[in-house]
Amino acid sequence: MIVLKWLFLTISPCDAAEPWQLGFQDAATPIMQGIIDLHHDIFFFLILILVFVLWILVRALWHFHYKENAIPQRIVHGTTIEILWTIFPSLILMFIAIPSFALLYSMDEVVVDPAITIKAIGHQWYWTYEYSDYNSSDEQSLTFDSYMIPEEDLELGQLRLLEVDNRVVVPAKTHLRIIVTSADVLHSWAVPSLGVKCDAVPGRLNQISILVQREGVYYGQCSEICGTNHAFMPIVVEAVSRKDYGSWVSNQLIPQTGEA
Amino acid sequence: MAEAVSAKTPSLSEQYHLENEVKQVKEDPSDENTSEETPDDITLKTAPADFRFPTTNQTRHCFTRYIEYHRCVAAKGDDAPECDKFAKFYRSLCPSEWVDRWNEQRENGTFPGPL
Repeated sequence: MIVLKWLFLTISPCDAAEPWQLGFQDAATPIMQGIIDLHHDIFFFLILILVFVLWILVRALWHFHYKENAIPQRIVHGTTIEILWTIFPSLILMFIAIPSFALLYSMDEVVVDPAITIKAIGHQWYWTYEYSDYNSSDEQSLTFDSYMIPEEDLELGQLRLLEVDNRVVVPAKTHLRIIVTSADVLHSWAVPSLGVKCDAVPGRLNQISILVQREGVYYGQCSEICGTNHAFMPIVVEAVSRKDYGSWVSNQLIPQTGEA
Repeated sequence: MAEAVSAKTPSLSEQYHLENEVKQVKEDPSDENTSEETPDDITLKTAPADFRFPTTNQTRHCFTRYIEYHRCVAAKGDDAPECDKFAKFYRSLCPSEWVDRWNEQRENGTFPGPL
């Protein structure tokens, strides 16, 4: 079981956009897994309805031929069938609504206090990340900008328009609070694998809670038009073990306290 | 595609030179109260969820924590340890630009809040 899991997850988890991709990226948070499951549930009903409607349509077109059926019928009422084709779709919608609302409200629940707060601030055209849980004064302790790596500077194997110089390092299996805002115009912080898309509004702090369930690197892109380089300010989240996260934070903090 | 990425891009240890510097970190004295120095038992703390602000918009939460800190300091003095937790809360929640702007406004006497 563990071997199967190891094989499956290390071979190719899809946490970034793939060319000609049709389906979702692999889920890394419970929210995204919920979204994918809901999508599968709805899609089942969708296919049933689609096949049914197409069948009716094609059948009607096939048989409604001026030579085969010269005299059309003049039915205008059919109370029973009208009741049926109102009730039946309502029932289907109810079946769809139940898991949908369950997911929607569970996404909004704030059950656990987060362990870390990370601020993502959108600029034209890059993101700034602040990890201010470690400040002892008002000066910023752990803040860095995250610019896209331009195409000419990419190394072999890196993803075009998705890689950045400084990634958002987070500990896996830890409740995170991400506060998204902007310093100038509207942006949107989106990472599909984590099931996250949150508008960055200047003058407003939007909070999202995520729990990244597995270590890995997750890619996303700015999702609100913000000017000429809107397509060139991606987001990369790197989830590592708690121990590695601790080492990373200590390493980032040390040079600054060394100067102070 | 994904395999190429994991093989070619540097791992966290390589990118941030962790293997060399982890030992150095352990020798240096701990400088932050809430920083994690014992590798096995890392405690991470941040501003807790406040039931006064249950929704997505946390702007008032940040603002309220900032005001609470300054009211606490006004009431108890600059070095009161009770006020430290409010300070940590607002620093965790508020972007540093906002904090700097509010500090300036307080110095100028133009801060738009009930301090």
